[in-house]
Amino acid sequence: MLSRGGGRARPARGGGFELYSWYFFRISGLVLIFMAIFHVVVMHVVNTVDEIDFAFVADRWNSPFWRVYDMLLLFFAMLHGVNGARVSIDDYVHRAGWRIVAYSALWLITVLFLVIGAMAIVTFDPNAFDTVTAGS
Amino acid sequence: MQVNLKILRYNPEIDSKAHFETYTVEAEPTDRVLDALNEVKWTRDGTLTYRRSCAHGVCGSDAMRINGRNALACKLLIQDVGDSMTIEPLMGFRVIKDLVIDMDQFWENYKKIKPFLINDDQAPAGRERLQSQEEREVFDDTTKCIMCAACTTACPITWTNDKWVGPAAIVAAHRFIYDSRDQGQDERLNILNDRSGVWRCRTVFNCTDACPRDIKVTRAIEQVKRTMLYDNM
Repeated sequence: MLSRGGGRARPARGGGFELYSWYFFRISGLVLIFMAIFHVVVMHVVNTVDEIDFAFVADRWNSPFWRVYDMLLLFFAMLHGVNGARVSIDDYVHRAGWRIVAYSALWLITVLFLVIGAMAIVTFDPNAFDTVTAGS
Repeated sequence: MQVNLKILRYNPEIDSKAHFETYTVEAEPTDRVLDALNEVKWTRDGTLTYRRSCAHGVCGSDAMRINGRNALACKLLIQDVGDSMTIEPLMGFRVIKDLVIDMDQFWENYKKIKPFLINDDQAPAGRERLQSQEEREVFDDTTKCIMCAACTTACPITWTNDKWVGPAAIVAAHRFIYDSRDQGQDERLNILNDRSGVWRCRTVFNCTDACPRDIKVTRAIEQVKRTMLYDNM
């Protein structure tokens, strides 16, 4: 049972994190609406899938704007989604062992995807385009 | 008119699982669903079990699922439901028998938020603690709660997460948090500032839809969230 009877208030337990994660959820959701729409417009409306190739990406990531934009999109989308999954796991996975498995998998995937994505954005070398085309 | 009641029955002493039984009774369109249930219990099958007390929408005993929606059987008229209805117990809590659910968890959550006036100051001599109409208006909506559990058992979080404090307890907390005479605001906000407290709410609005007293439950929960956010930022 949850009640501690008539005792005094217990201090907030992880409450700070929950408050900020909820706030982040709201803000990231709002930001993502605009960022994702802009991303779709640029990648799939203004340019079509047929035009997107290595040269397109190289050209795009030549500009610091797009690198920052994609980095923000990566972090906002990933963390927003993971936060939702975290809350769902808390609701639906009740067995202690499975909770550890689910949370561990979630955090592992989160870190892995963020690192791989960030590495791609940061270390991408647009000049490698020439090497690739020269080699083909 | 003839009314068909398809009722989910469960007797723990006989049944391994719940099953539907259908009864046809005579009722007036202006009768309440509770009248039809009483007709079944008093003339057809005395073993039919459900809670009811005042029968006038005040005590909150006879909340149940009628055609898939939580409602008070004593407030819902047969003409508003039709001549055929399915009646089931509230969701999310253990069924004790037929339409009676185990409310222990519900009351534990209610007790947890300290549903009483906290004020250590001496009350003014010879009169009550005064409050302006504007101060009263702030929490007027949440004073209407009759603790029927229609909101909490309509909440999908309740169905899956038994640690969730639930809308009804937050409504009860809201009633004191915004009361100018109360000094327990910090205590209550601390209790609700938890992963099983207000942050678990996903603003599904089932609670607001289910409330037979038309309390804007989701709005009250969001108000508590906002207060916490403003206090911390």
